[in-house]
Amino acid sequence: MMAWIAFATIAFVILSAGLQVVRSVDLVHTVFWLALTLIGTAALFVHLDAEFLAAVQILLYTGGVVTLMLFGVMLTRRIDGVHILHESAGQPRAIACAVALFAAIAHAIYADPQTSHAVLTDLPETEALGQMIFSKMVLPFELLSLLLLGAMVGAIVLARKVDP
Amino acid sequence: MSEVFTHPPGLTAYLLLAAMLFSIGLYGALTRKNALAILISVELMANAVNINLVAFSRFTGDLIGQSFAMFAIALTVAEVVIGIAIVILMYRSHKSIQADAPSALRG
Repeated sequence: MMAWIAFATIAFVILSAGLQVVRSVDLVHTVFWLALTLIGTAALFVHLDAEFLAAVQILLYTGGVVTLMLFGVMLTRRIDGVHILHESAGQPRAIACAVALFAAIAHAIYADPQTSHAVLTDLPETEALGQMIFSKMVLPFELLSLLLLGAMVGAIVLARKVDP
Repeated sequence: MSEVFTHPPGLTAYLLLAAMLFSIGLYGALTRKNALAILISVELMANAVNINLVAFSRFTGDLIGQSFAMFAIALTVAEVVIGIAIVILMYRSHKSIQADAPSALRG
């Protein structure tokens, strides 16, 4: 019962903040609603016994990505008014697409008998996650660090002012 | 129905939540005209995928799902960095970040 209350609360926060992300007309508000969605997801990670991932989520997403987004908002608008408005278009078709996608995924979820039979299984401690990443998945981990380096250099090259 | 709620939420509940969040993100990506807002909507969709991965990990007792989610988070950060650099570049050349502003290649 308690687990349901926690789940329902977190789901409500995530979904309502997510709806505000796609509905609000003020770009800065959109970014802050995104931050709330990401924090809600971190809470869901804690609920799912993934405390380390929750910390990573808060640090990288709400700390890094949201700050980057705010910088993006500020750098791409001349700040003359307080409100930075942006509009949407084609809502009816987009709602049809989103509902159709949700129906397809829900059908797939209910069609697979394994989903409803899955039971909560105890997870090993976070230490085991570290062991796994640095033994079994050490090659993807190193590749990922290369990718991040490439992305960083690429972003600097793209965004820097070119000297004449 | 009350019988359902005596058990903790099953995998289906988490998957449905993630599917809803993904659909909301898709709606945003389709309707927004601002390139930055489209990027934010894509973030929502990536987030939904992470919920799925962590839920699978919780229900199989295997940490593979969590490590995949960690890699996915790092990949998304790289994507955001490049995306924002492109948006800033677009603003510099078009003085606008509406997604339909760059039309030089239109026939």
